[in-house]
Amino acid sequence: MEALIALVIGVLTAGGVFLALRGQTFPVVLGLTLMSYAVNLFLFVMGRLAIGVPPVISAAAEGYTDPLPQALVLTAIVISFGMTAFVIVLALKARAEIGNDHVDGLQRDEDRNA
Amino acid sequence: MNGLMHLPILPVILPLIAGIVLLALRNAPLRLQRGVSLVATLALVPLAIALVQTASDGTQLVYQLGNWVAPYGIVLVVDRLAAWMLLTTSLLAVFALLYAIRGSDTEGRHFHVLFQLQLFGLNGAFLTGDLFNLFVFFEILLLASYGLLLHGGGRKRVKAGLHYVVINLVGSTLFLFAVGTLYGVTGTLNMADLAVKLAATPPDNLALVQSAGLLLFAVFALKAALLPLYLWLPAAYAHTSAPVAALFAIMTKVGAYSILRVYALMFGDDAGPVANLLDPWLAPLALATLTLGMLGAVAATALRQQVAYLVVASIGSLLLAFGLGTRDAIAAGLYYLPHSVFAAAALFLLADSIGRTRGEFTDRFESGPEMPGARVLGGLFFVAAAAIAGLPPLSGFLGKFMLLKAALDSPLLPWVWSVVLATGLAGMIALARSGSLLFYRTHSPHGPASLTPPTAVALAPVAGLLLLVAGLVIWAGPLSDYASATAAQLLQPQQYIEAVLGAAS
Repeated sequence: MEALIALVIGVLTAGGVFLALRGQTFPVVLGLTLMSYAVNLFLFVMGRLAIGVPPVISAAAEGYTDPLPQALVLTAIVISFGMTAFVIVLALKARAEIGNDHVDGLQRDEDRNA
Repeated sequence: MNGLMHLPILPVILPLIAGIVLLALRNAPLRLQRGVSLVATLALVPLAIALVQTASDGTQLVYQLGNWVAPYGIVLVVDRLAAWMLLTTSLLAVFALLYAIRGSDTEGRHFHVLFQLQLFGLNGAFLTGDLFNLFVFFEILLLASYGLLLHGGGRKRVKAGLHYVVINLVGSTLFLFAVGTLYGVTGTLNMADLAVKLAATPPDNLALVQSAGLLLFAVFALKAALLPLYLWLPAAYAHTSAPVAALFAIMTKVGAYSILRVYALMFGDDAGPVANLLDPWLAPLALATLTLGMLGAVAATALRQQVAYLVVASIGSLLLAFGLGTRDAIAAGLYYLPHSVFAAAALFLLADSIGRTRGEFTDRFESGPEMPGARVLGGLFFVAAAAIAGLPPLSGFLGKFMLLKAALDSPLLPWVWSVVLATGLAGMIALARSGSLLFYRTHSPHGPASLTPPTAVALAPVAGLLLLVAGLVIWAGPLSDYASATAAQLLQPQQYIEAVLGAAS
């Protein structure tokens, strides 16, 4: 399971980095979102992977999973959610102000030549 | 003791409450909003002074949120360094706000709310003793800074803002990766506890801890605008509104503060296998940043852009001091820090006044009309330029002198001396050129009557900031003693660790 999770995080991050380096704002936003998914998953598994054990104290429990990463990841999810909403609005505003969706405000043919 | 007990949380909670109140007052008369914002910002100054006084005898106040003992709960720690940063921030904020009240706060909505939340994030970042909490405060100050940066809108501002937001979001992701790795290895996020655990890193985990440590460095270097991660800064600072640019003079210093705090505490001399992790990186990169920042200042085509590059250069000097890592060098850096913040902020505000006075020529380096009120503007520009270029008798000179003196027994001595002195000369030439272009090489315009001289209200914050720079010289003795004591405290992380973890027992 560790290898699978590691692979998932790796693929998400790689996809995120690739998209974040694109020239249009929409892929960049998607890339940032993928990266935040990757990091949320990463934070979550930092408490080690365990199946079927509770995070809070109970008399019947044989073992526990670490509750702290779950709290951390909740904070990180809220923050990345807010940031994504903000960056989408900003991208729309940039589209309206600059007149196209390139991150540097270039026209497409300029972009091709550059 | 009772009154003192809650002192550390006040600089964090006060701007938050003020921000919320201002949000509720968003439809109230502008005068009321400005009044509330100004009172809340002014109140931070005596609070910061009280904290400096408390911390000046070496006390490290530890505030346990909700009385949860460290390392389980989150702590706020006031030591000399945190108090010093708080005082610098609060003084800067007062003058930036005074300038904003002049009119630029009406260009868009919610300026004062964002301003207070920015202070909330800044003060929190300086006070917190928990790495994840540092991330949260970083996000708060960044989110407020996105709003402030874009305040007023406009094509260039939006474009620069988009780059700023995207690069900082990537930075936040890296921060979380680094924090996650450290937690996975050590099982704690309290900085003092991390310092203890990292010093006992088993060899198996050494590579993980080192990569997490360097990843954190990359994040802080991005916030501090260290080479090669400074490219976002000149555009962002040059295109935002003047009071925001002035307030942002402290933003890069948050990165520098974090580097100093985290690496002195967690990766310092006592950190065993991970000791002095940054030594091969920080000083050379800082030297390169100083050089390139100053080259940018020489090549700049407008005053605001030039000041933005001078901010990059000042980060170079600052991190060079921290990178040398001796007590004298860190003290020089800490003395230089408020100087560079106040001088850069004064120049940003002044550049805005100059730009407005020159009408359509704004602050571009082109031969323009003769400015009304040029004597006052020119006088202020001369003082501010002399301060930031490091000419005697102002504080920039003292800071650089302390830095050069501290470098005497460093192996980097020839590099430090040659780069600091050469960039000092380059900065002087750049500022002399821009000053003579703006003030002397003027042509008689067609309609000089259309240009209005800057008002006294606009120039008062600039003069105030320059008086602070002068104050740094007048009280240079006690202030450099304080800086030196701060450096000594930082180099003995054992005290900090005992203060935080000892409070648990």
